[in-house]
Amino acid sequence: MIDCDQPWDSAETYYVRRRRGMLFGRLVRSPGGMLGLLLVVLVILVAILAPVLSPHDPAKQNIVYRLKPPFWMDDGSLEHPLGTDSVGRDILSRVIHGSRISIFVGLVATAASALLGVSLGLFAGFLGGAVDSVISRVGDVQQAIPFLVLAIAVAAMLGPGLFNLILVLVITTWVTFFRVVRGEVLSVREEQYVLGAQSIGASNLRIILRYILPNVAASIIVIATLLVANMIIFEASLSFLGLGVPSSIPTWGRIVADGREYIADEWWIAFFPGLAILITVMGINLFGDWLREDLDPKQRNR
Amino acid sequence: MGKYIARRAVHGVIVLFGVSIIVFLLMHLAGDPVAVLLPLDTPPEQIEAFREEMGFNRPLPVQYFYFLSRAVRGDFGYSYHYRTDAMQIVVERMPATLKLTFGALFVALIVAIPAGIFAALKQGKVSDVIVRMSVLLGQAVPGFWLALMLMLIFGVRLRWLPVSGAEGWQSLILPAVVAGSFSMATITRLLRCNLVDTLGENYIQTARGKGLSERTVTTRHALKNAAIPVITVIGLQMGWLLGGAVISEVVFAYPGMGRLAVTAIGYRDVPVIQSFVAITAVIVVTINLSVDIIYSWLDPRIRLHD
Repeated sequence: MIDCDQPWDSAETYYVRRRRGMLFGRLVRSPGGMLGLLLVVLVILVAILAPVLSPHDPAKQNIVYRLKPPFWMDDGSLEHPLGTDSVGRDILSRVIHGSRISIFVGLVATAASALLGVSLGLFAGFLGGAVDSVISRVGDVQQAIPFLVLAIAVAAMLGPGLFNLILVLVITTWVTFFRVVRGEVLSVREEQYVLGAQSIGASNLRIILRYILPNVAASIIVIATLLVANMIIFEASLSFLGLGVPSSIPTWGRIVADGREYIADEWWIAFFPGLAILITVMGINLFGDWLREDLDPKQRNR
Repeated sequence: MGKYIARRAVHGVIVLFGVSIIVFLLMHLAGDPVAVLLPLDTPPEQIEAFREEMGFNRPLPVQYFYFLSRAVRGDFGYSYHYRTDAMQIVVERMPATLKLTFGALFVALIVAIPAGIFAALKQGKVSDVIVRMSVLLGQAVPGFWLALMLMLIFGVRLRWLPVSGAEGWQSLILPAVVAGSFSMATITRLLRCNLVDTLGENYIQTARGKGLSERTVTTRHALKNAAIPVITVIGLQMGWLLGGAVISEVVFAYPGMGRLAVTAIGYRDVPVIQSFVAITAVIVVTINLSVDIIYSWLDPRIRLHD
C-alpha cells in the first residue's frame, strides 16, 4: 500500500526523481504549492522588514488609546488599523514584530532538530549493535511523553526562555529525522555499490556523503519543511501558556494570551495574532505538501 | 499472536523504565533538588536533615534505585503546595483528563470517518475540495486560538455552550473539539488517501466485475482494508490528543491533570509535575499496546510474520 502517513508519523523515505523541467516551473503549475510559497515569502518579508512596516513601537503603551477596535468598527481609526490592547499597544505592530520570533524559532529549532536526528541516525545505522539499540530506545521513550507534557516539565525545572524553548522543541522532534536516516543507512549499507566502495578503501565519511545523504536528502527536506510549521504552532502554544520567551518580547502566542481575558468584548486582541499563525502554518503546509508530492511521484493527487 | 503481544508488552515495560529515568532526572535538572523541594525560608539545619532523610547526599545511581523502588509503588513524594501525596492529586484528576481525551478522539473520529469516506468517493469533485481545504485549516489552526474563537462564538455570542468548568456533558463539547481538531484533520486526510488507493486495487475491480453493488464494494471490500492503517494512527495521535487536552483544560478551566501541572509550574511543585509526566507516559504506552493488540487481531499478516 502506498504510504499515506504524515512524514512525522512514518519512517518512509522519499527519493528524488529526476524529471524534465525546472523545480520552479513545476511549482508555477501547482496552485496550492505556489500559494503556499507566496504566503511563506510574504511572512518572511514581514519578519525581516518588521521595523519598517510597523506603524508604531510594538512595546509602546498609551493608556488613552487602550482597547480601541479595528478601523472598520465604530470608534476605530487608521491610526491603529487592527486596534489596541489593554495598555494601548498597537496590535498591528505587535503582530508584525511577533513574526520574527515565530520564524526564528521555527527555522533554528528545525535546523537543530535535523542536525541532531540525522547525526544520530547515521551513527546508529553505521555502528549498529548496542549503540543503535540504546539510541532507538531513547527515541521510543521520548515518543511516550507527549510534546506539551515534556515541555511543561522542562520549563518548570529550567524556567522559560528562548534557549530552553528551542531545547524542548529539539528534544521532542529529532526522532523523525533519526528514524528515516537510520532506516536508510541500514538498507543502503548492504548494497553492492557501498560494499564496492568499502572494498576499494572508501572511508565511512565518504560513504555517508556520497551514498547515504543523497538518498535521504529529499526526505529530510520534506520533513524539515513541514516541521517548521509544527514548530511555529508549538512555540506559540508554549508562549500562550507563558512557558516561551520572556513576556517583554511580542510573540503571536503571547499576544493571544494577552487577549484571552478580553475575548468577550475586545476580541481583536486575540483574533489577529492567531490569524497570523493560521496563515503562516497553512502556507508552509501547502508548500511542504507540494514539495512532498513533487519529490515523491507516488504521492500524486493525495 | 501471544508471542507478538508478549514482545510488545516487554517493549512497553522497557519504555516505561526509560521514562522513569527521565522523570528522575527532572528533579536534578535545575541543580540542587533540595532547594527546589523546600520553601525558601527553611532553616539550614532543617535543609541538611532533609537532604539526609531523602538521600540526596548519596550517589545518583543509588538515588535512582530508591526513586524507582518508591515510584513502582506509586510514591512520587509529597506536594508542599497541596500538602498531600503528589501522585494522589494527579490520579484524582486523571479520570477528567481521560474523559476529555477520549471525548476528543470520539469527536475526531465521528467527523473524520464520514468526511474521509465521502471525499474519497467524490475524488476531485467540489465536495472533495471542500474536505481537503478543511483538513488544511484543521492542521494549521493553533488549539489555544481555536478554543478562544469557539468560546467567543458559541459561548459569548450564541450562548449555546458553557465556556468553563466540567458540569454536564455540554461543558465537554468545546474542550473536546479543540483537543481533537488536529487529529480530526489528520485522520480525515489519512482515511481519504488510503481509500483512494484501495479503490484502485485489483481486488476492487474483481469485486465490481462480479457485479456487486458499488455500496457493497465500498463498505465490505475497500473500507475494511483502508481502515487498518487508521487504527495505528490512533495510537500515534494519543500524544497530540493529550497535548491538546492540556491546552483545552487551561483555556476552558477544565479540572484535569494538565491544568494541574501548568498551575504546578508556578509553585515549582516538582513531585506533582513528575507524577503528571509518569501518568501520561503510562497512558500513552497502555493505549499503544492496546492498539498493537487490536491491530494484530485485525491484520493477520502481523501475527503470522512475527
